Amino acid sequence: MDISKFTSKKFLATAGVLLTILVFLATFPIYSSNSAVAIGLTILMYIILTVSWVMFSGPTGYMSLATAAFFGIGAYTCAFLYQKSGPLLPLPAVIIAGGLVAFIFALVVGLVTLRLKGMYFAIFTFGFIMLLNQFMVYYELNILGARGQRVFPITNQTAFYIALVILVLTLLAAYLIRRSRLGLAMQSIGENEEAAAHMGVNTTMVKVLTFAISAFFMGVAGATMAPRWEYIDPTVAFNMLYSFMPILMAVFGGMGQLYGPVVGAVVFAYSERALRLRFPYHYMLAFGIALILIIIFLPGGLTGVVPTLKDKLSGLIARLRKGGQSERHANT
Amino acid sequence: MQILEGQGVNKYFGGLAAVSNVDFHVDQGEIVGMIGPNGAGKTTLFNLISAAFPISSGEIRFKGHKLNGLKPHQICKMGIGRTFQETKVFANMPALQNVLVGAFFGSPNPVSGANAAKNATQALEFVELSAMSATPAKDLTMVNQKRVEVARALATKPELLLLDELMAGLNPAEVGEAMELVKRIRDKGITILMVEHVMKAIMGICERIMVLHHGEKIAEGTCQEISCNKQVIEIYLGGETHAGN
Repeated sequence: MDISKFTSKKFLATAGVLLTILVFLATFPIYSSNSAVAIGLTILMYIILTVSWVMFSGPTGYMSLATAAFFGIGAYTCAFLYQKSGPLLPLPAVIIAGGLVAFIFALVVGLVTLRLKGMYFAIFTFGFIMLLNQFMVYYELNILGARGQRVFPITNQTAFYIALVILVLTLLAAYLIRRSRLGLAMQSIGENEEAAAHMGVNTTMVKVLTFAISAFFMGVAGATMAPRWEYIDPTVAFNMLYSFMPILMAVFGGMGQLYGPVVGAVVFAYSERALRLRFPYHYMLAFGIALILIIIFLPGGLTGVVPTLKDKLSGLIARLRKGGQSERHANT
Repeated sequence: MQILEGQGVNKYFGGLAAVSNVDFHVDQGEIVGMIGPNGAGKTTLFNLISAAFPISSGEIRFKGHKLNGLKPHQICKMGIGRTFQETKVFANMPALQNVLVGAFFGSPNPVSGANAAKNATQALEFVELSAMSATPAKDLTMVNQKRVEVARALATKPELLLLDELMAGLNPAEVGEAMELVKRIRDKGITILMVEHVMKAIMGICERIMVLHHGEKIAEGTCQEISCNKQVIEIYLGGETHAGN
């Protein structure tokens, strides 16, 4: 392995920034109020959902609305295994189980539906949430006899640290997939699925596998939030908002870079909260306008501006230098 | 030795027979041309060989192995590469990355990153596009996009290459270059089956030609035989009755 890669300035700078952020996040619950930690937890949850949504839908271009479904599956898995009356398994095992159940659901659903293209896939995944939602309503009322599940509670702080670990793992997975041949295969599917298949890419396998991997992280997020909320019912667990928000956040932040969805989720989730407190009736109006402006003027999202700015800046510098040189030539 | 053979190949789209009862074969090391008017079923036959569509009846064999029921990526890994009539490059990827997809996934055995990169670079060099390896495919001219497709198919290490109208839309100089390229590919030991409308190219490089019309094979033979075939002339230039009237 090439060691110089790990000692280059750029690598050290990136590592330094990441480490600083990580230390900040790790110490955040120690000096912050409980409500600040709660807000932080919500933001972490949205970053996880957004990054895992982009993991699959970003490169392949398959618009999945199933995020809420896998989130809800994770939450319900946790609710059944980590009951208020007495947890059946330790929390880490429960959370992993939440992810695994979502993974298995995604494998099955993916095998059936990933042959659908474009809008049909989006509509199916939308229907999938409603199906699960209605099924759980029926199951709770007619079989369990009561609506909703009480979950063994955990504190904001505990949930925050679990979410932080999950976030790091999600980002790591997203990074590795992006750089691996799986990432290249997904990208080729997004560019032209037919050509990809004829170049030897097993398109079905690639799509189903990555769909399931992204579902794992969504399920894990759901399983972390359920004990924090202490009580879940189908409308809470399968809330459509968890499908739409990550898409908005990803578009908002830009999907070109790995950090795009992260920036989008942080800015979006935080400003939503701040705006809602200040303008409870008009904050959605401001959001709508901001989104429209971003889509029109920054199709690459907030972070999509960075490379363009870099280009413009270096172009400007080059022109200035050249200008200076030609002036000197003119003088001689 | 026959590398590819089809027996009684049929393809129906609803009630329409796009390919009907076609027998064909391609010998190892040959350049075979396939001609016919628009809608004759040439591209459909390509799509059947490369498994883009399932075959309705009949069978196609590659090196003795039956291809029926296989998926496109399996066909590719067996050693059949293809290009497309309307270019299907990965538009937002640089040219080299386009070829890299073929190098990584087209081989039957897992390829290391370094080897894939080497194969891709060589394939791009072979089609004389090294200078544009970093250019996104969408920014290339159509001729160069077609070259990227050829390089991408070559990177999958095919034994048989299906070229679908490689020369459509090229000017005479570019047709000449493309003919050279096809010959060089054959000289590498790759068998070629090509669909083409540019007669000069077909007549110039193909050893054997088959003619499709309304989904049926109506003639087959050397360039000489085909260009003298009465039925073929009728189809291309219109029947004598039309000319007479």
